[in-house]
Amino acid sequence: MVSERDVLHIAELADIGIDKEELAEFTGRFNEILDYFDILDQVSADETRESDRANVFREDVVEPPLPEEEVLANSREKEDGFFRAPRVM
Amino acid sequence: MATISFSQKDGHNAFIPTLSEADTGPGALSGIPLAGQDNISTRGLPTTCGSRILEGYVPPYDAHVVTLLKKAGAAIVGKTNMDEFGMGTTTENSAFGPTKNPADPSRVPGGSSGGSAAAVASGMVRMALGTDTGGSIRCPAAFCGIVGHKPTYGRVSRYGLIAYANSLEQIGPMARSVSDISLLMEVLSGYDPRDSTSINCPYSHIPDPEIRGLKIGVPEEYFGEGVDAKVASVVWDGITLLERKGAEVITCRIPSMVYALAAYYVTCTSEASSNLARFDGVRYGPPADPKLPWHDAFQQQRRHGFGIEVKRRIMLGTFALSSGYYGKYYAKAQAARQQVRNDFLRLFRTFDVIAGPTMPTVAFRLGEKTDPLSMYLSDILTVPANLAGIPAISVPCGTSDGLPVGLQIMGPHFKDERVIDVAYAFEQGVSR
Repeated sequence: MVSERDVLHIAELADIGIDKEELAEFTGRFNEILDYFDILDQVSADETRESDRANVFREDVVEPPLPEEEVLANSREKEDGFFRAPRVM
Repeated sequence: MATISFSQKDGHNAFIPTLSEADTGPGALSGIPLAGQDNISTRGLPTTCGSRILEGYVPPYDAHVVTLLKKAGAAIVGKTNMDEFGMGTTTENSAFGPTKNPADPSRVPGGSSGGSAAAVASGMVRMALGTDTGGSIRCPAAFCGIVGHKPTYGRVSRYGLIAYANSLEQIGPMARSVSDISLLMEVLSGYDPRDSTSINCPYSHIPDPEIRGLKIGVPEEYFGEGVDAKVASVVWDGITLLERKGAEVITCRIPSMVYALAAYYVTCTSEASSNLARFDGVRYGPPADPKLPWHDAFQQQRRHGFGIEVKRRIMLGTFALSSGYYGKYYAKAQAARQQVRNDFLRLFRTFDVIAGPTMPTVAFRLGEKTDPLSMYLSDILTVPANLAGIPAISVPCGTSDGLPVGLQIMGPHFKDERVIDVAYAFEQGVSR
């Protein structure tokens, strides 16, 4: 069972703002879904072995990028060719 | 370059934007009006994923599939409505309002590619693109009475598809006939170095309706608990038609089906929690408040920008990946996913294809399903193909209470041609 406090904590971790009025509903639904996920407890641990995988990554090839004005075109907060983000400190 | 004019009335809210004129050129799809989906990037044309958080976003580049469509001469006449970021089974989770089902406008078209299905089923366009993460092409195809194909994972490039759950999703064709599905697959398939999971496996095929001697496996689980008896009966009649055309039908079992839905939802929500972290209002979408500290700014942005189902899935995924729960949820889901894959590989040693219903019921009424878990449960018959990465098609197979029912055909990896042939045989058999 997760509590409303747990749900608020998860919302903080995910930077999802949820409204107080939504909290009880979110918590109830969360628990119903997590109860359903409990079926995965029956999957035996010895089957968690990852099967062989081949590396399919290619070498990086440098290609001409998009023009700066196109990259910035969708941002309303920009300065000197940079995106302007909210302050961190 | 020539243009075609497009003035179809959109009575089902199938499109977000439409164009009154669209460019066309020579090629296999010359002059054919075709709908893109609103999560597939189109240079110069708004692309929102049905979300307020991308309101006003205009991509500076085309998705690889869009480049291919343009090269083939197709006229892209608009971007179709969808559940926000592909998260839903009804298209009701769109910030632009629900799409209605052309077969019965009081019903949902299915989702998440419900706009594409409605645009095709209503005759507005001949074909459309959809994306299928857990059934999002096949479900609306079944509910609206058209054909929809989820290609083998890796066969169609995802470059320019705005990601929701990368390891599961594929772009694929939706149309009113199997021949058109095949035609569109020919244009869409092939290697693209910009998608690291792209595989060099082009599609060049003309559907062949000869299925004598074909071995069809029918899993008991596809006719089990939760599957509407009338839908099951319509689909059995369809499978019997394939038998009459010379196929051999044998029942089989997929024991891992009990884990499939949970494995799917843990995986897709985990991937979503990571993918959707990029929507913070800095580079695209309505701007975050630059005066607020960053967590406050991002939380405010995402509180207003995301709908409730998107928030729920981001939070479920964040929880499933969080310290102390990773082993219980994510790791177990991956083990279960491997079991699903192994079950299919085992079945394909005996059978050429697997058949069953696409959806356990017919289309729901608009507003009928409000509880998320029961909505998730309706994806039970489509998610296994995504977990295994195999091709799967839904082809119309009659009606139940006057509403369309889809027959689903699944095949081994890279045998898209085979499932398309079986669907073609079925379609030809029905029309005779």
